[in-house]
Amino acid sequence: MIDFDYVKARDVSDAVSQIARNPAAKFIAGGTNLIDLMKENVAHPARLIDITGLPLTEIEDTKAGGLRIGALEPNSDLAYDERITRRYPLVSSALLAGASAQLRNMASTGGNLLQRTRCLYFYDTDTACNKREPGSGCDAIGGFNRMNAILGWSETCIAVHPSDLCVALAALEAIVHVSGSKGDRAIPFADFHRLPGDTPQIDTNLARDEIIIAIELPPEGFPSNYSYLKIRDRLSYAFALVSVAAGLKIEGDAIKDARVALGGVAHKPWRVPAAEQSLVGQQPSRRAFGDVADIILQGAEGFAHNSFKIELARRAIVRALEQAAAATPQSQFVKAIV
Amino acid sequence: MQGRPQAKDKPSGPGLTPKLQVALRVNGVERRVSLRPWTTLLDALREYLDLTGTKKGCDHGQCGACTVLVDGRRIVSCLTLAVMKDGAEITTIEGLATNGELHPLQKAFISHDGFQCGYCTPGQICSAVGLMAEGHAKTADEIRELMSGNVCRCGCYPNIVAAIEEVMHGTLPGSSP
Repeated sequence: MIDFDYVKARDVSDAVSQIARNPAAKFIAGGTNLIDLMKENVAHPARLIDITGLPLTEIEDTKAGGLRIGALEPNSDLAYDERITRRYPLVSSALLAGASAQLRNMASTGGNLLQRTRCLYFYDTDTACNKREPGSGCDAIGGFNRMNAILGWSETCIAVHPSDLCVALAALEAIVHVSGSKGDRAIPFADFHRLPGDTPQIDTNLARDEIIIAIELPPEGFPSNYSYLKIRDRLSYAFALVSVAAGLKIEGDAIKDARVALGGVAHKPWRVPAAEQSLVGQQPSRRAFGDVADIILQGAEGFAHNSFKIELARRAIVRALEQAAAATPQSQFVKAIV
Repeated sequence: MQGRPQAKDKPSGPGLTPKLQVALRVNGVERRVSLRPWTTLLDALREYLDLTGTKKGCDHGQCGACTVLVDGRRIVSCLTLAVMKDGAEITTIEGLATNGELHPLQKAFISHDGFQCGYCTPGQICSAVGLMAEGHAKTADEIRELMSGNVCRCGCYPNIVAAIEEVMHGTLPGSSP
């Protein structure tokens, strides 16, 4: 690996002041992505600040009626927490669709948001990648781009965000609580990750001297009508070609509220609130869900190896909404899609 | 405890970040070792503590061959820095037998032919111990999904699932998982 030094943070304010003082330092929690990137010589922090001793593993009810999840809560503990499985099963399902049991035992909730793209060219230091080395170019655009973006990409970067959890958090309009040198702030999930634009090296709007301390879930978790549908080349332990987090609130025959977020298609979880709004007041139907999919996928454009994802995404949106409407969410264990 | 030459202790030379004292309780025995911060738990076990039962497969968290239990939870040791586990309880494949008697999962892997080359087996068995402690798998589908972090190139999956099912449902003679 590379040479670096290692310190532990005593508390959140110590963590913030240490990262502020050391521009070449990085925080480490689960390490499941960062250590791999260091082995690949993609990330080379001069110092690792171990934050695993910080008291950020509580899951607490909020006054608003939601839940506040400590940033260091392991993915596995979160996925099986009774408050999550009962009130936010979309979060649990998305978590269990991702990684492996071992990695979920290691990975933290906050770290999940900060994982980097798995674009092949980002990892291969012999190729051009504007995210890894700004200004070097993007070999994915003319290369093997099966796993790359169909929405929101730029001429400098067509990478996608790899998280499953984040797709569910986007659909639920989670809030990211951070602490930094200038104090604490709350970032709406839609504003947390960025599109690549001409600065693809910057994944998120988290400042360099800030640390995620908690993720807040609003009261509405769509526990009755939801589905997390993940389409991938291998049925387990693979990143999404396309994934859909769907939540519906149905009263009588009519849809009162709808959420749809896509994973595997863009540099951040993809949501189009106007499309969701178009469902309000309608009865659930394949036709209505198809119309929503068309709005969400407006402007989608693929490359040599991934244009199939546009139609795949359309069908996955319709199927996930049908699963949500029928209260038959996609099982993450029995993989048949019904 | 100093083990073999420090093959994985790269980069080497003077002027590097000094070694740190790390205390690990490995298979019930306190082990103290002096490590650079970049030494993974996997390399610490294999290269410094002479516990080579834990295997290095991909070294990138994708194959599960290096699975061990840390404080009772299964993790991949290749993506774990040993210095971050100071004070932790580590269980490796060498620590599963008691008083010379194999762990029920070890017996079941033998009786079901749950391996051919055997390279993934220590990780498979440690992962299965973790799986059973977690208690979330009941059916064969659930075992398959929750063992998907352990890859077997010989393709012994049906026999691995059968071995785990047998121990999980307590049908192995004389077994108490």
